[in-house]
Amino acid sequence: MAKMTEIRWHGRGGQGAKTAALLLADSAFNTGKYVQGFPEYGPERMGAPITAYNRISDERCTVHSNIYYPDYVVVVDVTLLSVVDVTKGLKPEGAIIINSGKDPEELRPLLNGYTGRVCTIDAGKISTEELGRNFPNTPMLGAVVKVSGLIDEEEFIEDMKGSFKHKFSTKPQVIEGNMKALIRSMKEVKGL
Amino acid sequence: MRKYVPAAEVNENITWQDIAPGGEVPEGGTSDLFNTGDWRTMVPTFIEEKCKQCLLCFPVCPDSSIPVVDGKRLDFDYKHCKGCGVCYKVCPFGAITFGKEEK
Amino acid sequence: MSIRERLSGNEAVAFAFKQINPDVMGAFPITPSTEIPQYFSQYVNNGEVDTEFVPVESEHSAMSCCIGAEAAGGRAVTATSSAGLALMYEVLYVAASARLPITLACVNRALTGPININNDHSDSMGARDSGWLQLYSENNQEAYDNMLMAMRIAEHPDVRLPIMICQDGFITSHAIENIELVEDELVKKFVGEYEPQEYLLKKENPLSVGPYDISPYYMEHRVSQAQAMKNAKQVILDVSAEFAKMTGRSYGLFEEFMMEDAERAIVIIGSSAGTAKEAVRQLRAKGEKVGLIKLRAFRPFPMEELGKALNGVKAVAVMDKSEGFSACGGPVFAETRSACYGLPEQPMMINYVYGLGGRDVRVESIQYVFERLSEIIENGTTGEVYRHLDVRGGEYSGL
Repeated sequence: MAKMTEIRWHGRGGQGAKTAALLLADSAFNTGKYVQGFPEYGPERMGAPITAYNRISDERCTVHSNIYYPDYVVVVDVTLLSVVDVTKGLKPEGAIIINSGKDPEELRPLLNGYTGRVCTIDAGKISTEELGRNFPNTPMLGAVVKVSGLIDEEEFIEDMKGSFKHKFSTKPQVIEGNMKALIRSMKEVKGL
Repeated sequence: MRKYVPAAEVNENITWQDIAPGGEVPEGGTSDLFNTGDWRTMVPTFIEEKCKQCLLCFPVCPDSSIPVVDGKRLDFDYKHCKGCGVCYKVCPFGAITFGKEEK
Repeated sequence: MSIRERLSGNEAVAFAFKQINPDVMGAFPITPSTEIPQYFSQYVNNGEVDTEFVPVESEHSAMSCCIGAEAAGGRAVTATSSAGLALMYEVLYVAASARLPITLACVNRALTGPININNDHSDSMGARDSGWLQLYSENNQEAYDNMLMAMRIAEHPDVRLPIMICQDGFITSHAIENIELVEDELVKKFVGEYEPQEYLLKKENPLSVGPYDISPYYMEHRVSQAQAMKNAKQVILDVSAEFAKMTGRSYGLFEEFMMEDAERAIVIIGSSAGTAKEAVRQLRAKGEKVGLIKLRAFRPFPMEELGKALNGVKAVAVMDKSEGFSACGGPVFAETRSACYGLPEQPMMINYVYGLGGRDVRVESIQYVFERLSEIIENGTTGEVYRHLDVRGGEYSGL
């Protein structure tokens, strides 16, 4: 069986964690991978903790369960650290990527003794500076690609350029900001 | 192409192989095959010479048993008239009588 | 050349409908099937299809709309889930008995109660005796492929029965996965036009449908309908063979996975079959003789074929994603065990009701089931036959 990477996203309803998971699936798909991107569904409740998942592999994955032993965990909202056991099942050889301006080691005490890599990215700050609003998805995505090495970085950037052009065809003024946010996040992620 | 048994030949001896799928009836005017007139115990009679051809009777007939040709009603279709008497009630000219069916 | 894409199960079904370009869609939204009419209505609005989209006020009306359209001579489709399918219940029977090959995309969801929007098969299993054909899909690809084959099977003159293409709510309906799409032109050619022999709008010949039937005729009509369901087995195989020629993807009445020398096997339907395949692969890697059968056609039920496939297997667990409340097991179990009655080498058999209301089914869940089958073989007796998987206070495969 080909190596499969499993990612679990933690966010809050309405923040776009599901969208981010689907965007990552799109990018991985566009670079030739087999992908799964799916949320854990329940009643839609704005602000409640939500989970989304990715499986990315060179072969089709037939498993259709949630992910219990992820290679990577992405936390879109740092306030979840005290609410959800985000490192549950996370492989020590993997990593957790948290949306925060703090240094990784400052957050480690909140991670239930997780011994693997802890990475942080100030997605809120990058997004506010480049897009003028707090849309953490794009920088989170950049950080995940950087930390996981799942997708070739050049290919990823090219692909994202294409999808932003498509997605924002009616408001091209935001394409540049999104690209800047993406590239900055890949440079500024801490804990690599 | 499925070959349907003509409605005129369908009776209680038909097998499941021959019966039309879903009971569909792929031909028109099959009511002509059924003599529902024999359900009648009362019968209307048309008195042609009293009739002014006002045509109040034909639209109220629930069994379409008053044929109209060229704007004029004809005698009753007794094969389908069930003897309800509504036509007798609406006729203002006494051109329809109503009495016991004698068979 | 097929088209490499990534779509959710709902997107895949809506896309199949777009390629098929049916005459009428009558639909009412319900989670998790809502996206199908939602996406399709965009195709209608953009002029990409010339389907008459009828936004009705209930699922009962959605199916009634399809019945009228199909009887008129059109190709009618709809999509629903759970309580929506339950509300169609009365008219499902009308569609089937009037022999109208309507297509329904069923996105399986639990029925109340307690109220739940997640996946199990209690909705479509409740409709299993309605006279509809039922094909189940493991993933988005199968949901799409089954949909492309649906009308060819349903409309075949030997069949003329409505068809339900089922997939698991959220698990596949809302999961983005890779998919191979067939080109529009090939789909058009494969699906063809709907050409019923008789229909309401055929001006050369009037037709009456849905008559009252008295006792001297009713049973003959029911037997003729039952024969159509029997005929469907061969038609499914024929249409699937033609589909395989076009796409290279083969389908039968069920799929046998690593069954050649299997001593332990499970019988399962839908997305969990994929998860179970991984469990089988892992156990096979350890040298264990395990396999699985994934049912694709539940209506018609492949009784003889399934019996043949299970003959000689030592122990079988039949997995039911609906609680039939029969006090003795689910519907898949009842029929599978019946298929094995009188086999020369009849397997020992147990039933696991599992995955209700979205209870996650993990690779470990299935491995747990295979372990129980080992015990059964060792003990020479099944013990409790009617079991529940991954339920607190009962059997739990743990984490």
